[in-house]
Amino acid sequence: MVNIKGGVFLPLYSLDSQKTEVKPFLMDVYPVTNADYKKFILQNSSWRKSKIKPIYADTNYLHQWNSDTSFAVNLALSPVVNISWFAAKKYCECQGKRLPTVAEWELAGRASETKPDATKDLKFNQWILNWVSKTSPKVLPNVGSTFKNYYGVWDLHGLVWEWTFDFNSALTTGESRGNSGLDNTFFCGGGSFASKDINNYASFMRFASRSSVKAKYGVPNLGFRCVKSKL
Amino acid sequence: MNTKPFKLVALILITGLFISSCNSNTGKSKKSSTSIEKIEGEEIAILTDAPNVPPPITRKHATKVIVNLEVIEKEMEMMDGVRYNFWTFGGNVPGKFIRVREGDFVEFHLKNNPSSKLPHNIDLHAVSGQGGGAAATFTAPGHETKFSFTALNSGLYIYHCATAPVGMHIGNGMYGLILVEPKEGLPKVDKEFYVCQGDFYTKGNYGEAGLQQFNMDKALKEQPDYVVFNGKVGALTGDNALKAKVGETVRLFVGNGGPNLVSSFHVIGEIFDNVYPEGGTTLNHNVQTTLVPAGGSAITEFKCDVPATLILVDHSIFRTFNKGSLGMLKVEGEEIKFIYSGQQDDRIYQSEGAGQTMPDEPTIASKPLTKEEKMTQGKAIYAGSCQACHQADGKGIEKAFPPLAGSDYFASNPSLITRTILHGLSGKIKVNGKDFDGVMPKQTLSEAQIASVATYVLNSFGNKGGEVSATDVAKQRK
Repeated sequence: MVNIKGGVFLPLYSLDSQKTEVKPFLMDVYPVTNADYKKFILQNSSWRKSKIKPIYADTNYLHQWNSDTSFAVNLALSPVVNISWFAAKKYCECQGKRLPTVAEWELAGRASETKPDATKDLKFNQWILNWVSKTSPKVLPNVGSTFKNYYGVWDLHGLVWEWTFDFNSALTTGESRGNSGLDNTFFCGGGSFASKDINNYASFMRFASRSSVKAKYGVPNLGFRCVKSKL
Repeated sequence: MNTKPFKLVALILITGLFISSCNSNTGKSKKSSTSIEKIEGEEIAILTDAPNVPPPITRKHATKVIVNLEVIEKEMEMMDGVRYNFWTFGGNVPGKFIRVREGDFVEFHLKNNPSSKLPHNIDLHAVSGQGGGAAATFTAPGHETKFSFTALNSGLYIYHCATAPVGMHIGNGMYGLILVEPKEGLPKVDKEFYVCQGDFYTKGNYGEAGLQQFNMDKALKEQPDYVVFNGKVGALTGDNALKAKVGETVRLFVGNGGPNLVSSFHVIGEIFDNVYPEGGTTLNHNVQTTLVPAGGSAITEFKCDVPATLILVDHSIFRTFNKGSLGMLKVEGEEIKFIYSGQQDDRIYQSEGAGQTMPDEPTIASKPLTKEEKMTQGKAIYAGSCQACHQADGKGIEKAFPPLAGSDYFASNPSLITRTILHGLSGKIKVNGKDFDGVMPKQTLSEAQIASVATYVLNSFGNKGGEVSATDVAKQRK
């Protein structure tokens, strides 16, 4: 795990008065891999594919594994996907850790290779957008294959989406144009006047992705990593 | 006399009158223009890829139609040498054509392929209800959602993805058409085709090779690099051209996914006998060019009067010749000369008071120009007469206008340039390994002008060089 400096995070659809203060925390360097997850499964058999309660996962759970405890050799070091939020949360708890909040993840995710805050960096944002435009490969690359950011964290962008603790606090609804219940200057289909990072379309897409999932979902390109509060 | 029963009967009568009149009032308000038909049976919708259209509906009752549509994100060709990450409904751009009947009850299943990077949804303009279905169909990769609606209104409707950022999802190709036939159906025609225009925004310029990325900045400025029919340059040209016969009636279901541009849809060489403007119910006739709004449609119908290669265009014409909004409909059959004769005559024209010529056009008998002078004059003539088709860089347009740049067509025989300008050229030729099957009209230029522009072409665009004289041209005029 590495140290992430604290800071002020402004969620995408918010006024200046809604700034969130993020305390410094420790973050896993890599997303959790299939090999990592196997260790968890061997010690917690109720989370096996054949045993898991339907309330905790849908039928996509560990779809890429051949059996309860085995998977193709080339998947060992790639991030584990098709795991539900419940499973990810449990895994982290078993390690004395927890899932990152959206604010923590986005703060760490602002960093490029060289800058702690690359939100205004066009090249960096374009690189992320390019990745977002492509389909997911059939076999996900190993962790440590994209880039190491300013904090020393790998693969926050360019590999898989990642579960966060409060993923369902996002404000986009499925109907991206008619949020009449919310302030009208806020989000519409493509970016709103009140949104803080008009250029940060990748951020919009992460919010859209978070809004589209439920806690029990397994999604082929959604994995996770853990964090820990500093005492 | 005991008036009580009298009063009672009177009371009952009056009350009865009120009740019956109330009933008939409510009866009238219930009978609205959208009376729901009884649903009989169920069927699975036949979906087709452009330019094909599912067969016309023959049943005379409303039914339950099950639509299964899958979102697939897919890298495909935009143009020869140019690739793009398209997001599609059903694997192609535009998405599948859906055909139902007014009053049908549609059970809609939206699937998102597990390989998709993002969640997607669908807004069908034929749906009355929140977001046209978008709220109900927000689907994560590897999942499926379902919702149902009644097709209350007939018409030709666009459908598109409405996931944020909506402009980007549409800009990557997520649109298609759903036709709700009126209860009595559409009049029969011989051929029906599905044509959908869209604008695309890439990091590189038009034609720049490689995998091109979506460019948000250009999309915001509404400055597309590609404006195409059916998802790519050349989707409806050459071997992919639409076909019909002389005498046949053709109906075009025309959509415009946008995301930004409005189309001025025109078919060169034909007139629309019928137009359903904006895909609605009103009928217009004798229309040359009809507007197709972004996120809208139009239905155009015409009878193919004479054999011709009809050219489908967006008449905002730079889009057509420089960005790809060009399609073809080849009509075959016997010529009907009294409708269209083709060229009947071509001769020299001398205006009144011959001898007065424009200062920049040397007369035939005057001193021949130097090579330098020919280059200057040739360049101007090229810009005025040739560039529209063969392009400023001489590279032409794939499957439509052959390149002059480094062309092997006249490399071994430069006099072919002169011959082609003088007499025109039609039919199949091969230039630099690529096939062309079009028509170049002959140019009405003087011998000196032809000599100049031919010399210009020979010495430009990477061609080997050479010079053509006005006398050479005169000899070839026979």
